[in-house]
Amino acid sequence: MNYSEYQKVTHRWGQLWIWSAACIVLFVPVIICLKYNAWPQYESVLKGLLGVAPIYWTVGFIEVVTFTPMLGTAGTYLSFVTGNVSALKVPAALNAMESAEVKPGTEEGEIVSTIAIATASIVTTIIVALGVLLFAQLTPVINSPVLKPAFDNILPALFGGLGVVYISRNWKISIMPMAFMIVLFILVPSLGNSVGILVPAGIILALGASRIMYKKGWL
Amino acid sequence: MNNTSPSFDPDSTFMYGLAAAVIVFVLAQSVFFLVRAVRRASVAGMNMSVVRKTIGSTALFTLAPAFSIMLGVVTLAKFLGLPLPWIRLSVIGAITYELPAATSTANALGISLSETVSDPSVFSAITWVMTLGILPSIILPPLLIKKIQTGIVQIKTKDSKWGDIFMTSLFMGMISAFSGMVFSHVREGLRGLLPVAVLAVSAAAMCVCGLLVKKVHAGWLENYAMPFSMIVGMVFASCAASAFGL
Repeated sequence: MNYSEYQKVTHRWGQLWIWSAACIVLFVPVIICLKYNAWPQYESVLKGLLGVAPIYWTVGFIEVVTFTPMLGTAGTYLSFVTGNVSALKVPAALNAMESAEVKPGTEEGEIVSTIAIATASIVTTIIVALGVLLFAQLTPVINSPVLKPAFDNILPALFGGLGVVYISRNWKISIMPMAFMIVLFILVPSLGNSVGILVPAGIILALGASRIMYKKGWL
Repeated sequence: MNNTSPSFDPDSTFMYGLAAAVIVFVLAQSVFFLVRAVRRASVAGMNMSVVRKTIGSTALFTLAPAFSIMLGVVTLAKFLGLPLPWIRLSVIGAITYELPAATSTANALGISLSETVSDPSVFSAITWVMTLGILPSIILPPLLIKKIQTGIVQIKTKDSKWGDIFMTSLFMGMISAFSGMVFSHVREGLRGLLPVAVLAVSAAAMCVCGLLVKKVHAGWLENYAMPFSMIVGMVFASCAASAFGL
């Protein structure tokens, strides 16, 4: 089977898995309602949904459009089922491709990205399952005030390491979006809660600056 | 609302059974794609040590974020019991979405989330909002993936060098947004500077790893540099918070 055929089969499996997952996700509230004979009022669900849907449906669309090229085919189907895409699956895929010195969009990139995302999903699922099983014993440790700052700062710890690798190799491309984002977040701190929406802004800036530099022969 | 169920326990055996079924599905999908990718690596003639290193380093790299996700389960378990947060944070969800979804529904129903939900109608309403509020994240990928990939292939076919720069720009755009976010609290004094310091320490740890790989030929470190720098950053956060009373 050549790579093109392999990708076609990956799409078929991916579609099967992700639509099955969508059905399972929807069955969970249905089963709960049936089991406990507790269908909620339409209005209460609509009101609750109004508080989150406008932002999270937008973020969901943006994430799909921006992260799909980075994740690869199988990685996309897997990541959007298992969740935590921007804070875990994308960094895991990027780190693995960087370490293996393969490029996204190539066969090697697709394989390495899939392996990284699948491994991240399996490890996360196992750890969370262990956490549930050992809930009583682990709760005091997890809620420990000593560990809290460490867990609160996972994203800076992650993007510090990942950022330095990418910036050092692509410093010209990084200048414009990095400078803009740092200044923007310092001036408007409340945007810290809307980082998902700002990812495409960063991408558009990076693409615009790169295109100009490329045309001028600086890249 | 229908309150016909006389007793409701969000930690019931039924709920655990439901959660276990969902978790088995997620694991099965992950194992399926992992095995398929490893087999393809073999067929494509890839060095299998790269595959082993990718699995090892990613597993290590995932530990800290996985514990953070578990922390999210613990947070939600205070009012939703364990099984539902277990389901939600294993499929599609993230704590940054699930908590606002639960809070938004509770506000709409005029109830407090200070104690475990015991009304099944409230529980089901929260479950529906959590599910429907994030549904596009699972519906859109199968609908859009081929169109997005076709667009990327066209860009690369037209000009392969620009295609590579295009992909790098995508990564840089994402990294810049998340790195910029770290600076959003700097005006709050020492407490707000801590994330920036953690970012810098983690970046410095990564640089040290890079130097060790190049100068001392510590090639084994290359695959573990990312989890190592992350852990250094997190340990620093813990120590600095204790030292400065943050």
